[in-house]
Amino acid sequence: MADTLETQLPRGRGGRVWQSIFRSGLGDTNLRRALAIQQNLFLHLASVKVRKRSLSFRVTWFLGTLSLGTFAILVVTGVPLMLYYHPSVPQAYSDMNDLRFVVSAGLFLRNLHRWSAHSMVLLVFAHMFKVFYRGAYRPPREFNWVIGVVLLLLTLFLSYTGYLLPWDQLAFWAITVGSNLISAMPIVGARIRFLILGGNGVNANALLRFYVLHCVILPLAAVAFVAIHFWRIRKDGGLYHGGSERHE
Amino acid sequence: MSEPVRKESKNPDVSRRQAFVQLGVGSICAASAGAMVFGYEFLTPNVLYEPSPIVNAGKPDGYPPGTVTQDLPSGLYLVHGSEGLYALSAVCTHLGCLTAWKPELGIVACPCHGSKFRRDGSKIEGPAPRPLRWLKIWLSDEGDLLVDRSEELSRKQFVRT
Repeated sequence: MADTLETQLPRGRGGRVWQSIFRSGLGDTNLRRALAIQQNLFLHLASVKVRKRSLSFRVTWFLGTLSLGTFAILVVTGVPLMLYYHPSVPQAYSDMNDLRFVVSAGLFLRNLHRWSAHSMVLLVFAHMFKVFYRGAYRPPREFNWVIGVVLLLLTLFLSYTGYLLPWDQLAFWAITVGSNLISAMPIVGARIRFLILGGNGVNANALLRFYVLHCVILPLAAVAFVAIHFWRIRKDGGLYHGGSERHE
Repeated sequence: MSEPVRKESKNPDVSRRQAFVQLGVGSICAASAGAMVFGYEFLTPNVLYEPSPIVNAGKPDGYPPGTVTQDLPSGLYLVHGSEGLYALSAVCTHLGCLTAWKPELGIVACPCHGSKFRRDGSKIEGPAPRPLRWLKIWLSDEGDLLVDRSEELSRKQFVRT
């Protein structure tokens, strides 16, 4: 009786509640460990089996994982910052100053967001160079390189749109200069500048458009492309681990 | 003749299935084109709440001969030279920064990338590709100086007082 009750009670790893969430049960066999990866919405992007060698530091310097880590920090710090920031001309600059001097932990969140943003740009570039110099972009991984280039552009656009939001002199003139660079494109340049800024100069419309791009459109696009990027690693035969790999 | 009779389509090259596929693809293309036009129109503001390009610079008496006056909010220089008053845009022709008049040097300099101009707008050194823009200036009926910042003059224009 006591024995039956114990097995029926939903407790701990392998209990009823556990098994209703994780169908694969305990990771006590290779099959179950594989199923644990394959049947998890998030983990199934990754390979079920990984070569031990490709997990060592010297293979990747963990640059892709670190890029993802900074992106995660940026999302986690960015959402609370949105609660105190109004993307309007009279308020943006003073809201930014309130975050620095008035809001509890505002200085910490803002600085963490800022330094992570700088780190992410640095890490994404470093990741790209590492992949390039190891030759890990070669077939069958050539399409994942293309996805990576899209992610680099998204990173740069996120950095650029975020730069305007403090609405100080540095931000204003940086976006003035940057948007004039866009208008140097032949034929369509001036038109694209007008659409991005929502006007002829860096004004209220530009601030709002950059805010929406920075907080909604670009992060969603980045999440989608990061998911494809990770899934393609598995589909293209796992992490590149050196020269002895056989290709079809 | 017990074989089932199949209806032949009028155009033997296009089967019924192909026709529906073409219709579907065509509809999607038309809808996408419409959505692009719709999106472009939506993203283009129809009304802009921006400052007027025409600026009232006040009475000409405020600009004595031989002076260069910079108006920061409007991004203008009003220069009173030997031939009369003229208006220059203070916006650098390189990448749009606001230049500044340096009275101690008698030149206009850009803080962003170091372009330098003379008081008639001509370029001393780059990276600016062109001289500062000359703007249309005229006297209103009330005797105020008006400047139109929206278009560049192709030839020099002065207001004589």
